[in-house]
Amino acid sequence: MSVTTRDNVPRLRVVLFSLILSLLALTAPLGPVHAQADDAALRAALSGLNVRSFKDKTAAVEALGVLGDPRAVTALEAMSEGRLYGRKSDETVVIGDRDGRVYTLTDPTTNSVVGEVSSREIKKIIANNKLRGIIRGVLGQLALSSPDPDLRRAAVENVISSPTEASLALLKRARDRETEDNIRARLETGIATLELGDEDPGLRRAAVERLADSNDPEIKSLLERRLLEDNDGTFVESDPEIRAAVQKAVDDINDRLALFGLAEDLIFGISLGSVLLLAAIGLAITFGVMGVINMAHGEMIMLGAYTTFVMQEIFRAIMPAEAFGFYLLASIPAAFFVAAAFGVLIERGCIRFLYGRPLETLLATWGVSLILQQLVRSIFGANNQEVANPDWIAGAISIGGGVSVTVNRVYIVVFCLIVVAALAAFIRYSRFGLQMRAVTQNRGMASAMGIRTGQVDALTFALGSGIAGVAGVALSQVSNVSPNLGQAFIVDSFMVVVFGGVGSLWGTIVGAFGLGIVNKFLEPYAGAILGKVVVLVIIILFIQKRPRGLFALKGRAAEG
Amino acid sequence: MGPISRRLFALESRTGWAAIAILLVIGLFVVPAFNLLVPEGSFFHISTFWVATLGKYLCFAILALALDLIWGYAGILSLGHGAFFGLGGYAMGMYMMRQIGDRGVYGNPDLPDFMVFLNWDSLPWYWWGFDQFWFAALMVLLVPGLLAFVFGWLAFRSRITGVYFSIISQAMVFAFMLAFFRNETGFGGNNGLTDFKDILGFDLSRDTTKVGLYIASAVALLLVYLICRAVVSSKLGRLLIAVRDAESRVRFLGYSVTNAKLFVFTLSAMLAGIAGALYVPQVGIINPGEFAPAKSIEMAIWVAVGGRGTLFGAILGAFSVNGARTYLTGVAPEIWLFFLGALFILVTLVMPQGIVGVYRSIRSGELKDAIRRRLRRADA
Repeated sequence: MSVTTRDNVPRLRVVLFSLILSLLALTAPLGPVHAQADDAALRAALSGLNVRSFKDKTAAVEALGVLGDPRAVTALEAMSEGRLYGRKSDETVVIGDRDGRVYTLTDPTTNSVVGEVSSREIKKIIANNKLRGIIRGVLGQLALSSPDPDLRRAAVENVISSPTEASLALLKRARDRETEDNIRARLETGIATLELGDEDPGLRRAAVERLADSNDPEIKSLLERRLLEDNDGTFVESDPEIRAAVQKAVDDINDRLALFGLAEDLIFGISLGSVLLLAAIGLAITFGVMGVINMAHGEMIMLGAYTTFVMQEIFRAIMPAEAFGFYLLASIPAAFFVAAAFGVLIERGCIRFLYGRPLETLLATWGVSLILQQLVRSIFGANNQEVANPDWIAGAISIGGGVSVTVNRVYIVVFCLIVVAALAAFIRYSRFGLQMRAVTQNRGMASAMGIRTGQVDALTFALGSGIAGVAGVALSQVSNVSPNLGQAFIVDSFMVVVFGGVGSLWGTIVGAFGLGIVNKFLEPYAGAILGKVVVLVIIILFIQKRPRGLFALKGRAAEG
Repeated sequence: MGPISRRLFALESRTGWAAIAILLVIGLFVVPAFNLLVPEGSFFHISTFWVATLGKYLCFAILALALDLIWGYAGILSLGHGAFFGLGGYAMGMYMMRQIGDRGVYGNPDLPDFMVFLNWDSLPWYWWGFDQFWFAALMVLLVPGLLAFVFGWLAFRSRITGVYFSIISQAMVFAFMLAFFRNETGFGGNNGLTDFKDILGFDLSRDTTKVGLYIASAVALLLVYLICRAVVSSKLGRLLIAVRDAESRVRFLGYSVTNAKLFVFTLSAMLAGIAGALYVPQVGIINPGEFAPAKSIEMAIWVAVGGRGTLFGAILGAFSVNGARTYLTGVAPEIWLFFLGALFILVTLVMPQGIVGVYRSIRSGELKDAIRRRLRRADA
């Protein structure tokens, strides 16, 4: 027990100090004088540092932590850096910054310069490593009362994750002064987790009730630990009534967590679905409108991703650093036009000679895809290229229950919806969209009505490829940019188109989100790979029932 | 001459049989003799590496014949033939895996190395019987055949044709690749099956075994060629061509298109399985890479280059494209994909009937006429 006795001495001092300080605070009148009284308290506490023995210094540091004045932070930081001095003339504690032979002194209480002196007039307040460790801990506590809410939040997490004997009192005091609701809620749960082990059954019961509202898996496991039996058969939680309450709380949390799990699968499914949709929608246009299988579609996505990479490098090289985040916006039109240009090239140079021979088109575009892959590999190398997320799409949003969504995924879902809406509007309302639909329905008749079908074909192909390029911009933010990028999507996007129904924009949308969500829901049961295999088998079987997909074109248009 | 041998003889023209005889003599006697009998260092010596490479080409030629049978004749472009080839290969690989016995790294007489590594305590049921060669040989035919039968029945019954069939078959082979990449599927996962020691008691590292496998592949190619020839020159073969050219009309005439397609698709898958089974002992490994969709598409270009719809063209294509691959990947690997890509584009655009088609139009004078017409138009 010798350890405790030695520790008791500073603790006694702490208690005394805080007693004096609270007395000071109590006796101090309100208003501006109050601030002065605070100043006095802080000054008094700081002067406690200016002593010789480390034991006393430790006590003073801890007293500063108990006092909880955020201004003490600068002084303590200065102390651990060796910049805290005692002025010999009046024994006050000051921060000294050396400039040649002269020391500029700052009063930590008012944070104002109080004079310039030579080294003879001041004495350094020395800290050793043990004391520095204690200072670090106290600084963490002081952050609890920092005016910056982010710092407070971090400090709360810090104290809760590694609780000590003093934590409970600290947290309670922080809770009483906390003004922000969510931080106070966090403090409440923190206090409740500590009170779970309290001797008073009333407090324990209140803590369980408080924690039953939580969605945190960690709190669930904390509660479950209360239900365990010790080696000698006694329960960790001795009161059977409270045990029942804990059991109910655990069940409640489990139910809610299951819901959150469902929501997580749904969100991830939508996110995967929007990626699939972006990849497949261009394919749906070329496949649906022209009946052309473009095996090089994945390479158009890849070209879009590489355009993003090039734009990033250009921005990094010639634009000011503040504008760097906008490279992504600039990449969208750039990727569209690069991919569209390649699309026109492929259509004019190769595909137009093969209309009416879909299998040959498939093989020829496969050849194009091999050449494009090797071309990019020759220029940029076979390795993954790093495309940075700009600041405005980095980070994650927490939904609760341990579920969080990265912001870039959210942006992709939104971006995907914008692209699809714009495309649908374009096809529905523009003159070119009208011509495109006319050629889809009856090529011969459209031609007879004066539509240049060749031109429409080329532009349709350019549009489909351009959208694939835009999909590449989005993909560059969530996956690796490598020459094989497109290959990973080709089977999936064909599945989306076939499942949804060729020539139907709606079908593609439903197909993409359907497959994305089914995939994510299967993953927990079957694993990522087997889930995908199951989905492929389902599609193969589904095609039996509806050979032309969910939203098949009906009537004459279907006979193409 | 009995009726069977007469029918056999009728399969080919006189020149056809002569060509086969010459190729057989070269393939079966000259190549092995130049490898085994001619001393190393002599100008005429064919190294064992080349014998093994030629053996590989022979397997590819069988595969190309299988693909040509359904694409060239029935007009069904399967982009999933890698699945049948791979399954045949895996069946043979499993037999050779069991032959290793206790000579593996872990020395476990009951389990292959990768299962010991994964802490499995017993052989999965689907590995039972593969210690017998006859069983494995049967599976080489049955597994791809059954898969093709079920897949084809589902697809042809609901009249999935053209590019739809191609895409669905590609999805099938892709699903196989994903499934076989998993360790839990029980086929060695990523690494596949390898480290084979011997086949039917013959040591696989010996030159004579390699020549033996080469000869077996050559004989298999001859037999497969004759089977394909028998199919395409039969009434069924003509029906298939009719299906290729006008499916609806054949249906209206009262033929069962589904059954005809199903038969030839299943047969084709079995032939692909044989090719895989002969391929694996010669290269010494089978892994899920064989199920990669890209490999299955590449098979189509062998057939297209040689000339689809002609059996000899498929063999020619398999040899020429793979020969080019061996040469180019040795000389300048980065050129190979450009070359292959260009081949896909040029063959479909310029010579849709392949080498055989070009040869035929030269023989018949069509090419000359076409060029003359083009020139005259240019003059005018």
